[in-house]
Amino acid sequence: MKTVILKYNAGNIQSVSHALELLVVDFEITDEVEKIQSADKVIFPGVGEASTTMAYLKNKKLDQVIRDLKQPVLGICLGMQLMCKHSEENDISCLGIFDEVVKKFEASKEFKVPHMGWNNLTLTNSWPEKALENSSVYFVHSYYVPVNEFTTAVSDYIVPFSAAMKKDNFYAVQFHPEKSAQAGERILKSFLAI
Amino acid sequence: MLTKRIIPCLDIKDGRTVKGVNFVDLRDAGDPVALASAYAEQGADELVFLDISATQEQRKTFASLVKDIARHINIPFTVGGGISSVEDVAPLLEAGADKVSVNSSAVRNPQLINELSKAFGAQCIVLAIDARKIDNAWIVHTHGGKNPTDKKLFTWAKEGQDRGAGEILFTSMDHDGTKNGYAIDPLSKLHELLTIPVIASGGAGSMGHFADVFALAKADAALAASVFHFGEIQIPELKTFLKNHNIPVRL
Repeated sequence: MKTVILKYNAGNIQSVSHALELLVVDFEITDEVEKIQSADKVIFPGVGEASTTMAYLKNKKLDQVIRDLKQPVLGICLGMQLMCKHSEENDISCLGIFDEVVKKFEASKEFKVPHMGWNNLTLTNSWPEKALENSSVYFVHSYYVPVNEFTTAVSDYIVPFSAAMKKDNFYAVQFHPEKSAQAGERILKSFLAI
Repeated sequence: MLTKRIIPCLDIKDGRTVKGVNFVDLRDAGDPVALASAYAEQGADELVFLDISATQEQRKTFASLVKDIARHINIPFTVGGGISSVEDVAPLLEAGADKVSVNSSAVRNPQLINELSKAFGAQCIVLAIDARKIDNAWIVHTHGGKNPTDKKLFTWAKEGQDRGAGEILFTSMDHDGTKNGYAIDPLSKLHELLTIPVIASGGAGSMGHFADVFALAKADAALAASVFHFGEIQIPELKTFLKNHNIPVRL
């Protein structure tokens, strides 16, 4: 059982790797195509800006590699947004695994942006597991994916948005399971157990 | 619903927590990792570690401590103290910190906020501001509140937001250490003025003070040190209290 954390210019690779260490998971951080393709699970983390990270992935030819993966893949935060078709963040095309457009939160006095802190999940599917209904997880983001046919968990900030999505072997979460205490640990475990 | 955040703050010197920390059921209250884990277990929403080391040697200890903290806790944490360049920040984030806070160095060189925000993203840059009211104006102070500057709280906070800070951490020096409650008026004004989250600091003495800072000043998060370190307020009780006062918290 080998899990790979996809290495690219994302900010939270260390945090994700620490979380896997705590779970005593056998993993490797790599951008080597063969290792990514032969892994049992792939985690696609992400903190940063969409256009620079997307450019980096394209430059390394990792964009097509990710699209073609057949094993379970988990996109986290920006990773989830990059799995969509398009992002309003600097108006760029993304991987297109989910046929959705990533939108910007409109800040106001009442609703500060970034959406930063702990918010609760309303589950609409069998993943994440039912036990996590209404549990709080940690978010930090200024862009969001609207609720769509692939949404498996919803959170509400300004508008209801996709907190988690799933399509075939692709799983994605807008929040940071690696920073979400016990609830986050459960989500990582449930992904690793698929 | 987005919940209000409770943030214990730990001062670190030479890799150890300072200020007579007296934490219940903890064998070594000077060990930041043990203390941080205890707070995370109790339901703290985030943690702040402030390096108050005086020497370069002690600062190195802090960087390795950050790595150790990141390995042991699974909630977000901010580190601050002595950060004055992009080069200072990269190793801290690589070590596993989620955010960094800047204070005096940003006052001296405001462009630093732009540089950090561009390099690492606004979400991980916290602008910490210490201010005190002098002749009816909130005057920004640096170097742990020792040096008054020509900056005023509200214009500086707005400038910080415009330059790319992701959060403002405001400490009222007039309230800090008094245990008489947070500075509700300037915090309310910051809430009205800004579109980024505001962390309130200085003055927490009772659970009611936390309720006030969330309900009256609309703060997004409240930071405190001694009331937690001395066990005067327990985080689980505090959160239950806030929930009973209709303030959204993570339980």
